[in-house]
Amino acid sequence: MADLMQFDLVSPERRLASLKANSVQIPGADGDLTAMPDHAPMITTLRPGVLRVNGPDGTSAYFVTGGFADVSGPTATILAERAMPVAEVTSEIMDELIKDAEAKRSGAADNAVDTAAKFLADLIAARDEIKIGTTAS
Amino acid sequence: MPNLKDLKNRIASVKSTRKITKAMQMVAAAKLRRAQDAAEAARPYAERMASVMGGLAASVGSSEGAPRLLAGTGSDKVQLVVVMTSERGLCGGFNSTIVRLARMRINTMLANGKTVKIITVGKKGREQLRRDYANLMIQHVDLTEVKRVGYANAADIAATVLSRFAADEFDVATIFYNRFQSVISQVPTAQQIIPAVFETEGDAGGDATLYDYEPSEEAILEDLLPRGIATQVFTALLENAASEQGARMSAMDNATRNAGEMIDKLTIKYNRSRQAVITNELIEIISGAEAL
Repeated sequence: MADLMQFDLVSPERRLASLKANSVQIPGADGDLTAMPDHAPMITTLRPGVLRVNGPDGTSAYFVTGGFADVSGPTATILAERAMPVAEVTSEIMDELIKDAEAKRSGAADNAVDTAAKFLADLIAARDEIKIGTTAS
Repeated sequence: MPNLKDLKNRIASVKSTRKITKAMQMVAAAKLRRAQDAAEAARPYAERMASVMGGLAASVGSSEGAPRLLAGTGSDKVQLVVVMTSERGLCGGFNSTIVRLARMRINTMLANGKTVKIITVGKKGREQLRRDYANLMIQHVDLTEVKRVGYANAADIAATVLSRFAADEFDVATIFYNRFQSVISQVPTAQQIIPAVFETEGDAGGDATLYDYEPSEEAILEDLLPRGIATQVFTALLENAASEQGARMSAMDNATRNAGEMIDKLTIKYNRSRQAVITNELIEIISGAEAL
């Protein structure tokens, strides 16, 4: 099968997933992108969002808070600061993350306010997306 | 010559000590397993991170606008030393080896006229360093409450180091920890984290793939460097945790063995003195009977 790529999702503490995939939808810092086999080599940073993996065994979705993706030809490796399957994300985890982000934004120095605010906005968007995703399925 | 009662008490006390050290050894063995698993699980991330950063650093590093974390401040006047030790004792030479290495380096730095600032992680290192360098210590990170080191702990340590760097408090940061080699051998290691150093293991020829970077290389590097430092700290914490348990395990194994030997010796002594008492009594009886 030529249309599969090796997909790895690792967090600092453990390897969360390692499987063959048809395509991977990545929440890149500059916008979502979908990596398919034989994608040109690229490295991008991630924003908080939902990572979707389409494989022969169906689709799986992971919530990531940041990190970066290394896509090159037959492999896609996501190094996420914090990642978990969307099904395991509870509103408590989300609320806590958002609260931290809010605290960070209000405490941020002038030059960092934008980054912190964007992080918070991305988090809220991701929360809404997950909520929609769980009710729909 | 101690009397029989004393000897008996000694034996009983050494026996219970042996029980304790034996139990500690077994607990350490179980914890060591867990610590090793954790270190193993963290490896893919750290390796990937190092290789990506290595590539990025190689392409951006030489240019003018390289981030300060990579290029350094251009001076090495003020040295930050982060000494990572354990929170508990009874683990053989684990803490002493780290502290000895740190002390050696600190003394060299001081002799070369550098300013040294010390951050300690773990209570045992602080206790040992406080004697000589109390005035150099600027912060202590307490992990007593932490049962299992997580990435969050490493991220916290990295964040304090980074904020101090941003505030121009130091030029070069080095972490000290014990690298786990095996149960009986842990290697005290000093690793420079700021400015960041990457091992370029023959990368020059092999991996010549041209990557697209999104956003720019500089922006990614800017974002990755703090993460890379946190990852290095995390790796060090995990290595340290594994080393601590390994050191404790072999220390407790030795202690158990010594206790066993001691019990044997004391038992022989006890039996001898008991025999002597009996012989004495017999002599007294016989000589008493002869006198009649």
